[in-house]
Amino acid sequence: MTALVTLRNVTKSYVRGKQKVEVLHGVDLTIETGEFLALMGPSGSGKTTLLNLVAGLDQPTSGEVLVAGDRIDQLSRGSLSDWRARHIGFIFQFYNLLPVLTAEANVEVPLLLTNLSKAERRRRVQVALELVGLAERARHKPNELSGGQQQRVAIARAIVSDPTLLVCDEPTGDLDRQNAEEIMNLLQALNRSQNKTIVMVTHDPKAAEYASRELHLDKGLLTNDTRRAA
Amino acid sequence: MKYFSLVWAGLWRKKTRTVFTMISIVIAFLLFGLLQGINQGFNTALARLDVDRLYVSARTGMTDGMPISYLSRIRNVPGVRAVSMWAYFGGYYQEARNPVPAFATDAVELMKVYKEIKIRPEYIEAMAKTRTGALIGEPLAAKYGWKVGDRVPIGTSIWTNKAGSNTWEFDIVGTFDAQAYGAGFPSFYLNYSYFDEARQFGTGELHYYIVSLEDPKQATRISREIDEMFANSSVETRTQTESALAQSQLKQFADINFIANAIVGAVLFTLLFLTANTMMQSVRERTSELAVLKTLGYSDTKVLLLVLTESLLLCLFAAALGIALAALVFEAPALQKLFGNFSMPMFVASMGAGIAVLVAFISGFPPAWRARQLNIVDALAGR
Repeated sequence: MTALVTLRNVTKSYVRGKQKVEVLHGVDLTIETGEFLALMGPSGSGKTTLLNLVAGLDQPTSGEVLVAGDRIDQLSRGSLSDWRARHIGFIFQFYNLLPVLTAEANVEVPLLLTNLSKAERRRRVQVALELVGLAERARHKPNELSGGQQQRVAIARAIVSDPTLLVCDEPTGDLDRQNAEEIMNLLQALNRSQNKTIVMVTHDPKAAEYASRELHLDKGLLTNDTRRAA
Repeated sequence: MKYFSLVWAGLWRKKTRTVFTMISIVIAFLLFGLLQGINQGFNTALARLDVDRLYVSARTGMTDGMPISYLSRIRNVPGVRAVSMWAYFGGYYQEARNPVPAFATDAVELMKVYKEIKIRPEYIEAMAKTRTGALIGEPLAAKYGWKVGDRVPIGTSIWTNKAGSNTWEFDIVGTFDAQAYGAGFPSFYLNYSYFDEARQFGTGELHYYIVSLEDPKQATRISREIDEMFANSSVETRTQTESALAQSQLKQFADINFIANAIVGAVLFTLLFLTANTMMQSVRERTSELAVLKTLGYSDTKVLLLVLTESLLLCLFAAALGIALAALVFEAPALQKLFGNFSMPMFVASMGAGIAVLVAFISGFPPAWRARQLNIVDALAGR
């Protein structure tokens, strides 16, 4: 296995009002290709901040962030946008679908940034929706879908451009137990059958059980790193 | 083009608000189209006026009389092709609220001066032979159902005839089509010789000499020569080209240009705030959606362009609708009559499109810039 994500001595601080708050203190982390990593920890421990750094949504205050061979801590805002479009698929807690677009149009949004033809975009959208089991609901708008279905659409949107890394922020946080299990099964299937590398922030120990590795953060420091046999 | 669905969907996120904003823009551009169209209509009508015609009036005012003796002297100025005249009759039919713009003239000369009037030669001959004859415009004939051979009583608040009456009777000897000169062209002509003999006062006076030139390039010289000829006489003259005269007459009524521009300016200024407010609200409500787009890899510039395009689409679509409506209004018979086969000039439509782009840019830029500056992490966290 090769390292897909490498963090070296990463710190991150924010200025809130007059106060400077250090959220991450010198974190070192390596995530291998094909891993399904669950990031856990109490609120304010720095999970989402770490996830944002790995996904290129934010820049570290110091340290190095190397993802898919690129030093993303050195990229400009514009380059980082292009980089995210090529490498990262996002899944949010509240789905964050565009309410005015149908499911298929939502899934197509990342593909609009590519040079693919309309026909090819349609084909890929269809495949992604089939993969998440929602091909039948392609023409429905988010408000016509259940929470679980909306999250499936969000997953289809995340995988449609075949990203290097899937980043999930509390993907089951807004779902009931049954829907949460279905979503986790889907993510696990993507990890196992498509060899997708997944980094997932979760509070839910049951969701974390689907991951191949569990990493705990507390007060900006990695405290526990557990690997699970497949 | 591939982003069109994204922009279009964003535009209709709040249907009611978009519809109301759109209606405001449609009305603003309808008003713009109408006012600028009318303005251009007047300008077009003025441009249609011949430059080879000069109008000589008394320097002291258009309603002051000039002696008929000037006629032969003006006719002798080198470069003058023909000269006719107008004397205000100020007519009405039956009641003062039914005005009939009537002028006393020499019909034979008048037709030489206004070459585009369509009239049968026998009508001109009949006018020359019939002292009480009248030539009338076809729209006027149609309005009152008058026809050749009819005797019509025309009242005037100015002139009393020698019989002591303010109602004069005329025999209609012919009709003419003066559509080429627009709806403002006088539509009732009587013989000056009869009028001059029959009136109780003002004998030997008239209000305009209309001078047709052999070469329009000589207009300035001939104007000067005519005015110099009567300088220091009891009635000095003022000679103007047809378009200059029409413009000065229009300005007596109102400065159409100024009014049109002032109203349109005020409306568009208000529109700017309205559209900017709509776009600002729309962007504010979509903060998290725009952040998601950025998360997915849409660059700052792309997000800025998406919002600007949305503003552009809103303004251009509604402006096109407003201007199209204005163009339709111009097809109305009343306006067609006023301007003479007038349609919305392309210039006004293009100017409307230009203004719509400007409004879209000015009102869309602040929210677009806000969207561009959006910090993903803060926006997703709802900060």
